[in-house]
Amino acid sequence: MIEPTARPLPWQSATLTAIRPVTGRVKSYRFQVAFDRPVLAGQHVDVRLTAPDGYQAQRSYSIASAPSQDGTIELMIEGLPEGEVSGFFETVAEVGDTIELRGPIGGAFVWRPEDGGPLLLVGGGSGVVPLLAMLRHRAAAAPEVPSLLLYSVRDAGEAIAAEELAVRARDEPHFALMLTLTRAGGRRVDADMIGEALHRLGQPGHIYICGGNAFVGRTADLLVDAGVDPRLIRTERFGS
Amino acid sequence: MSTRGFTGRKPPEATRERLPPGQYLTEDFPVLQIGPNPRLDLDTWSFTLREGSRPLKSWTWEAFTALPRTRWSGDIHCVTKWSKFDTAWEGVSFDDILADAGIAAPTAFLLAEGYDDYTTNVPVGDLVGGKGMVATHYDGAPIPADHGGPARLLVPHLYFWKSAKWVKGLRFTQRDEGGFWELRGYHMYGDPWREQRFTGD
Ligand SMILES: Cc1cc2nc3c(=O)[nH]c(=O)nc-3n(C[C@H](O)[C@H](O)[C@H](O)COP(=O)(O)OP(=O)(O)OC[C@H]3O[C@@H](n4cnc5c(N)ncnc54)[C@H](O)[C@@H]3O)c2cc1C
Repeated sequence: MIEPTARPLPWQSATLTAIRPVTGRVKSYRFQVAFDRPVLAGQHVDVRLTAPDGYQAQRSYSIASAPSQDGTIELMIEGLPEGEVSGFFETVAEVGDTIELRGPIGGAFVWRPEDGGPLLLVGGGSGVVPLLAMLRHRAAAAPEVPSLLLYSVRDAGEAIAAEELAVRARDEPHFALMLTLTRAGGRRVDADMIGEALHRLGQPGHIYICGGNAFVGRTADLLVDAGVDPRLIRTERFGS
Repeated sequence: MSTRGFTGRKPPEATRERLPPGQYLTEDFPVLQIGPNPRLDLDTWSFTLREGSRPLKSWTWEAFTALPRTRWSGDIHCVTKWSKFDTAWEGVSFDDILADAGIAAPTAFLLAEGYDDYTTNVPVGDLVGGKGMVATHYDGAPIPADHGGPARLLVPHLYFWKSAKWVKGLRFTQRDEGGFWELRGYHMYGDPWREQRFTGD
């Protein structure tokens, strides 16, 4: 169902309440913020930073937390060298800071429990963040929905929420994890891997792919090559 | 109110003047779309003008690319915040499409429709007078599939989600009907200089 959102999306002040390392490059940031509309798993917020001279920079960040009533959201931001906004979070932001943001944003790359499954999630690097929100939401609201995450990272140390995902794969009977490491003799997502994921999951009802531009383009093509209906595939790209 | 400790990387004055509010300059050409690239074959490709569901005129690839050519160079702005300067496009202007169909625009609004079932609304007034085209070439070469080839709409003065990729036709509508993103909270018009990203902006 599409419900046109007729209401404006205001900028809000959010208080940074916790920062915690996730991997060597990624940190988790929890914000206290009350949105005037419900969050859907897969959506993002826009963050706006303002310099003393009025100069502003805006970027988008996916919400990692499952939709909840507790008035907080979690973002996971990879600190890029020279990154204007991610670099600020990496080196300057502290608990207690007030950050301007607005959201939730995005109505295409979202999964609701009633959408059902089987749910195939394909993530590259920090592109796993909105998929994590879907997995967390699914575990709480629709654990019977079959799901599989195919997650590609350069090396094991770069896997976001590695422990959480391993625990989920162990404890949740309808969730499977396929992790592939690409660096140093590793393996990128290829046709065989896609075939294996489809075999293990069964015919998917919904597919979400998120990551860098090349990763998303390549895996979407592989899935279409494997005979998947293109209309089942939703993509989100974080950048080049 | 400023953000504690943020100074940012303010671009030079000459760049700032060309950047709409909230945008930053990128050198590469990011890709944005809701799903996979559709697989299109020029032998079966067609472009159709419709009024509601009624077809007004259709072109094959051969016929479409035989229409008069138009070039446009300038800056484009994506709602995801990147802007790219000095992009060069070539294609068939909306004016020339109407002229070849032998019609005037029957209504004041239309929906651009993509082969991937994407839609987006554009007022006719924002396409006429050389303001919009159906582009087939980018930077002197056929537009790659990632960027909407073989043909995409180009309405460069609006946020780039209005420039529908893999365009298969334009459908005139009686009223201003929202398309894919507009029904999901994005702005009905999308002027980057007024930062019309979302409804109410
Ligand atoms: C819908 C959406 C959701 C997203 N979700 C997430 C998320 O959950 N987590 C996440 O980490 N990211 C996410 N992103 C990406 C995020 O929005 C930013 O693009 C990212 O954080 C980089 O922004 P930045 O300001 O840090 O880097 P920028 O300053 O924009 O630079 C980007 C890159 O270019 C290089 N660069 C640019 N200009 C210069 C220069 N002048 N000199 C040197 N180097 C330069 C930087 O080194 C950096 O690597 C998302 C993007 C989108 C569109």
